[in-house]
Amino acid sequence: MAFKRQVDRLPIIPADAQEFNVTCHYCIVGCGYKAYTWPINRQGGTAPDQNKFGVDLSQQQPTETEAWYAPSMYNVVRQNGRDVHLVVKPDINCVVNSGLGSIRGARMAENRPSRVTGTQAQRLSDPLVWRNGVWQPTSWDDALDLVARVTAKVITQGSEDDLVLSVFDHGGSAGGYENTWATGKLYFQSMKVKNARIHNRPAYNSEVHSTRDMGVDELNYAYSDYEATDTIFMVGANSMETQTNLYLNHMVKGLQNGARFIAVDPRRTITVASSEQYAGKENVLHLAIKEGTDMALFNAILTHIVDNGWTDTDFIAASTFQGGMATAQDEAHPASMGSLDYAMQTCRTSLEQAAEICGVAAEDIAKAAEWIAKPKEDGARRKCVTAYEKGVIWGNDNYRTIGALVNIALATGNVGREGGGVCRLGGHQEGYYRPSDAHVGRPAEYVDQFLIRGLGGVHHIWACDHYKTTINASEFKRVHKRRSDMVKDAIDAAAGGTREQVVDAIVSAINAGGLFVVDVDIIHSQIGQNAHVILPACESNEMNLTSMNGERRLRLSEKYMDPFGNSRPDALIVAGIAQHMEHVLREMGHDAYADQFKGYDWTTEEDAFMDGYHQGNPEVTYDRLRAMGNNGVQEPVTGFADGKLVGTERLYTDGRFTRHGREDGKALFCAAGWRGWQAPGKAREQAAHRFWINNVRANIFWQNQFLDQKNDFVQDRYPYPFVEMNPDDMVDLGLNPGDLLEIVNDNGVTQGMAYPMPTLKRDTVAMVFGAPAGSQGNVVNPGVNELVLPDYKHCWGEIRKISDATETVSGVSFKSHEVVL
Amino acid sequence: MKCNRLVDAGRRQFLRGSGVAAVGAAAAATVGAQAAAATPLARVSFPESRLANLADLAVNEPMDIAYPDADSPGVLLKLGQPAPGGVGPDGDVVAFSVLCPHKGWMLSYSAGDKTLNCPGHHSRFDCEAGGQQVWGHATQNLPQFLLRVDDKGDIHANGVDELIYGRLSNVL
Repeated sequence: MAFKRQVDRLPIIPADAQEFNVTCHYCIVGCGYKAYTWPINRQGGTAPDQNKFGVDLSQQQPTETEAWYAPSMYNVVRQNGRDVHLVVKPDINCVVNSGLGSIRGARMAENRPSRVTGTQAQRLSDPLVWRNGVWQPTSWDDALDLVARVTAKVITQGSEDDLVLSVFDHGGSAGGYENTWATGKLYFQSMKVKNARIHNRPAYNSEVHSTRDMGVDELNYAYSDYEATDTIFMVGANSMETQTNLYLNHMVKGLQNGARFIAVDPRRTITVASSEQYAGKENVLHLAIKEGTDMALFNAILTHIVDNGWTDTDFIAASTFQGGMATAQDEAHPASMGSLDYAMQTCRTSLEQAAEICGVAAEDIAKAAEWIAKPKEDGARRKCVTAYEKGVIWGNDNYRTIGALVNIALATGNVGREGGGVCRLGGHQEGYYRPSDAHVGRPAEYVDQFLIRGLGGVHHIWACDHYKTTINASEFKRVHKRRSDMVKDAIDAAAGGTREQVVDAIVSAINAGGLFVVDVDIIHSQIGQNAHVILPACESNEMNLTSMNGERRLRLSEKYMDPFGNSRPDALIVAGIAQHMEHVLREMGHDAYADQFKGYDWTTEEDAFMDGYHQGNPEVTYDRLRAMGNNGVQEPVTGFADGKLVGTERLYTDGRFTRHGREDGKALFCAAGWRGWQAPGKAREQAAHRFWINNVRANIFWQNQFLDQKNDFVQDRYPYPFVEMNPDDMVDLGLNPGDLLEIVNDNGVTQGMAYPMPTLKRDTVAMVFGAPAGSQGNVVNPGVNELVLPDYKHCWGEIRKISDATETVSGVSFKSHEVVL
Repeated sequence: MKCNRLVDAGRRQFLRGSGVAAVGAAAAATVGAQAAAATPLARVSFPESRLANLADLAVNEPMDIAYPDADSPGVLLKLGQPAPGGVGPDGDVVAFSVLCPHKGWMLSYSAGDKTLNCPGHHSRFDCEAGGQQVWGHATQNLPQFLLRVDDKGDIHANGVDELIYGRLSNVL
């Protein structure tokens, strides 16, 4: 039986309820919501003057009404120490989503921690320290003192290279300008920590080096460009599933305005299916290429465009580099770059060559080129938006593949113009503002391997869970656990000792190969099982938070409730660590070093914002952002006039490309030479196993699965990680829908639940990424590119049944996801 | 229920009460009696409405209904196989709201796979799994109407298990 809340009535928002601006903190799109709170002993009424909407709520409200909210949009939370009613519902006046709620964001209220309704009881409320064989709750001062003493001792006995850092670099939940600045200031300014990695990849690096090296920032358009374009060219992305309201509120409008849709993806996605519904099948071209062959396809499209004279010659002459090679290939640059002519010497690929490599028809590749670039009958150029994400970012040969894709946009003049743009779609929102990270180096250290080799002594983890989101996860987890257990054993053995004795015991264990782990998170995560100190953070709306979305739209998402228990904003946890580091280092006699930890006298997240982002963007303040509401302002902010922040709708409208730092303002083309599988071990693994194990996302919990692992609505739908399979393959293996299976290869094993998906090709499966109960990363090999970008997407293995479906899945639907109209 | 393709229609409002006037009148009478109660109760009291007789139903042919009142359109189905919440001698008669709990678009029935589908944003719900959302944007599964069959084979609705789109109280 499907999960039902058995709610037959909700409290009505009174006319005088408090109202807050909320940007959904889960995904990159950043939909606008409004939060309403009011005292627990009051309620609105159905009469128009008794409710926030000013309408008669005793009547049924119409389709797409503003005056309705689902039970998932309601909760009771703490605000200034008191319980209040809370409703968080989509904002019809936000240009991003125009009142649409996603299956994720429209559950923000329900996914708030509440001691009254019992939601999200998994949230951490107090600092925890490993003592006497368990995690004991304690005060902030006690926990931070231990963190500072161990950290200070390790980095003064050795160096800052012994401090390993795993840290978010994004906006939205867990990130934002306040928190990226604070963590950046601590680790990159007060210290120069270089053994760092980001939440979803094993090094501290860009995911899109090549487009930046070409001069093109990866977020250069406005979402409205999808509405004004002739063609949407989507690669390795599934926006209906993930960036849902970007698709529904902008791409669909483009399709309804007559745009065509090209999808490059080995799998028929829900985006392909829905686009056929919205645009008509004749206006959708799905290039279902063999996995990992994107670059050859892009090179053939580019070649066809060039050979037919469909390039934008004026744009190329004015805005791109002329005269051969501009930058050479070297250790930090996996391809050379230069003029279009120069790049073509390497990129030139015939339709037939690409058809052979990619496994799609030559005429379809030609058709894609026509849809992108063949001028219209009246001679006008076609406009094309190019959008890409993990299919190529986590794909084969990241640098050259993305370079080959951006080549097409540059050759056709589709950057910096209405209806154009070549952009990654993104996962989290962005919110990066940190001191220079130049000391990290390029290529950056492969931190997972650094830890696996037994290096590093202290591991500070900020809102990262590599148990779920790293490659080679089986080995990583094994080693991380073994090393951290050495320290736990040492703490247990020193039980009853003074702080000094315990610290000495910890450091001795570290010197013997152990790892001291500090985990800052909102929940007790899986990697947190290895932690010795756990510090509870709070989330967006439990603090004020600024971030920008995929069209660089900056908003202040306002605090409307208290942090849960004694949890704190990350920025203020940073301040606490810094202050304790200063104190401990001074006590140790390192006065000069201690001085480096001054400058953290923040009492609110706004203090951290003013110390960081505001210094670089002096026009931007909380008050001004608050006044800009849920539509905010698109970065970069260029001024303040008539009481409003002035932003930038799209980048490069002047035809000058600057992301690479070249003074000539000329974009570069990438000499993207196809070389088959780039990462080590991929070709061998492909040859050795039957199934390609693709990892995919699900709209129901994309970007908030850490909360949804305790959400009844979600767990009812997917109690186990799904592994979508062609039904004929299931028959081969004796699998029924819902049966438990395991995926096995030389890298490890992971577990999931068989879900039939008739549209999947034979011998391929689509397993959900990042599931708490079955990490797909367990079976992904350690292969990365020259700049340590992981190739999560390419992994092969065998599948075997573990068990018949359990009673838990008896109520689960196993029908196809595609709408039937 | 008649129109499966509303994609091109843009934003629309469903027509209130069309084709369900008889049920609406019955429901209204019940609601009227309810309104006379002096003390508010902790939960909504649902009216009981006759929807149809078992003999009116053919396997896998949807019947338009409304419950708890004329402004809340629904569908009555004999699925042919026992299903969660199913009543009748075969345990296969179920009823659901057809207002999508995402944005209130009218769902259409796909007899091929026994799902209700939204033409607006492509959410879909499994009639054989208690209205579980197979894929979509709604943050709840589809409201299912509680049913009772009497000795004469009359099918009555007398409850709803989720909040119906467009109303903050299931009984207005």
